[in-house]
Amino acid sequence: MHLSVSGVSKTFGSGSKAKHVLEDINLELDSGEFVALVGSSGSGKSTVMRLVAGLELPSSGTITVDGQPVKGPGSDRGMVFQKYSLYPWLSAAENVAFGMQLQGRPKREVNERTAYFLEVVGLSDAGRRLPRELSGGMQQRVAIARALAADPKVLLLDEPFGALDLQIRETMQEFLYQLWERTGLTALLITHDVEEALLLAQRVHIMAPRPGRIVRTVEGKLDRRDLSFLRLSAPFLELREELANYLRVLDSTMG
Amino acid sequence: MITASAPRRAAGQTRGRPSRPPAPTWLSSPLARQIKAPVICIGLTLLVWQVVCSLSGSAFPGPIQVVTQTWTPYISKPFYDDGGTAKGMGWQILISLQRVAIGYSLAAVVGIAAGMALGLNGFIRKGFDPMIQVLRTVPPLAWLPISLLLFQQADLAAIFVIFITAVWPIVINTAVGIQEIPQDYTNVARVLRLSKRAYIREIVIPSTVPYVFTGLRIAIGLAWLAIVAAEMLKADGGIGYFIWDAYNAGGDSSTSQIILAIVYVGIVGLILDRLIAYIGSRLNTGAH
Repeated sequence: MHLSVSGVSKTFGSGSKAKHVLEDINLELDSGEFVALVGSSGSGKSTVMRLVAGLELPSSGTITVDGQPVKGPGSDRGMVFQKYSLYPWLSAAENVAFGMQLQGRPKREVNERTAYFLEVVGLSDAGRRLPRELSGGMQQRVAIARALAADPKVLLLDEPFGALDLQIRETMQEFLYQLWERTGLTALLITHDVEEALLLAQRVHIMAPRPGRIVRTVEGKLDRRDLSFLRLSAPFLELREELANYLRVLDSTMG
Repeated sequence: MITASAPRRAAGQTRGRPSRPPAPTWLSSPLARQIKAPVICIGLTLLVWQVVCSLSGSAFPGPIQVVTQTWTPYISKPFYDDGGTAKGMGWQILISLQRVAIGYSLAAVVGIAAGMALGLNGFIRKGFDPMIQVLRTVPPLAWLPISLLLFQQADLAAIFVIFITAVWPIVINTAVGIQEIPQDYTNVARVLRLSKRAYIREIVIPSTVPYVFTGLRIAIGLAWLAIVAAEMLKADGGIGYFIWDAYNAGGDSSTSQIILAIVYVGIVGLILDRLIAYIGSRLNTGAH
């Protein structure tokens, strides 16, 4: 799998009302990589995600998956949204099975895969529960299971833990990292949280606003054997502080 | 309706206040506790009503006269039938309910379909919205003359009035429900590449059900309100007709008959409202 975003710009509206949201975005993602896009609100990072997902089309430039240009949404790109994306009238298992049923997979296969992916996200016992009976963290795990079950080439995560409490967010970050290690999935993460990006991604792109563009790329060569330890380690804290400052300066000069 | 779950304090009563003799068991049962307040308050209201009527010496009946004057045949025999429109109140209510059932069902089918069209299509919504906003404020009875001219028949005219009164809240709530579908539901649908049909079946309908039932519930109240009024003006039979007939008869017990009919109208209206609410809660999809 190879995802390529090259020379992508995006303008909403036209004439005097035109809003230039993205300028010359370039990024590459190979099988098994975990890449993050970090930026404050208004940096256009969510627009990059929507373009990759095919929910919007770029004004110029190209986005390809394995050489095929992205022309719309597709099951090769699974997506996890910030919140409210599970269907509340379906149980956790039905939510996971939902996409697969529409793909026309045989019922037995759907059931097996549903059970498997619920187990992968550690929710084998919660399959019959409705989303409102699950905590926010559990809901997001169901959403991840649903995205994975459709067998995507790349998982797009748009602020997946943004709506969660800090402690749960940390647990979920560790969960996601272990999931990535275990399953070898390919992931593109959007976040405003420098720590989250550095912790999970091998490559972090930093975006500046107005117009949104990538201003810096950090290859985080960190020892990720123990994330809770890494969080407190000196090199990590240093890098985190430096990037957080960098983002602050960007915001104050651009704002 | 005011409901409250009875606090569980049976144990506390005996332990906390030993000096107080234990109440008889039927008084401390959960049911007795729940109906205690309504029974006392309704009783007091009836008492005041009775006392005022007796003291003022007016011909207006108190609750005791209402019951004694209407007991035979209106309370004791709700389903007598002396031919023509001389029927028991049970029959009269059933006649009204039948009209409501037809008009309301039509309103539900048409209202949900129109609401979906409005919710899904911006052009239709913008085009029809001004018209709907005007028509929905027209009082039910204003439709009756045109309805009589149109259908030339009292029964059909009454059904049409029910329909045209009940349809607006259903249309509007259905359309709003569709517009309120969270963007993320739609995004997920797009990522999964749902067809338009699957999108409507799997996403639009389940997430709109609570809104539709809000509309249906408002509509049943309006429909019941409209039928009584419509029957008073022009109908053969029905509870509204019964009230107006009793008024015109001007007999000794007419006022009592009217009061009894009003109580029945209220109770039936309440039952209808609860029924729709119950169906809605059974179908509740937990959306929004």
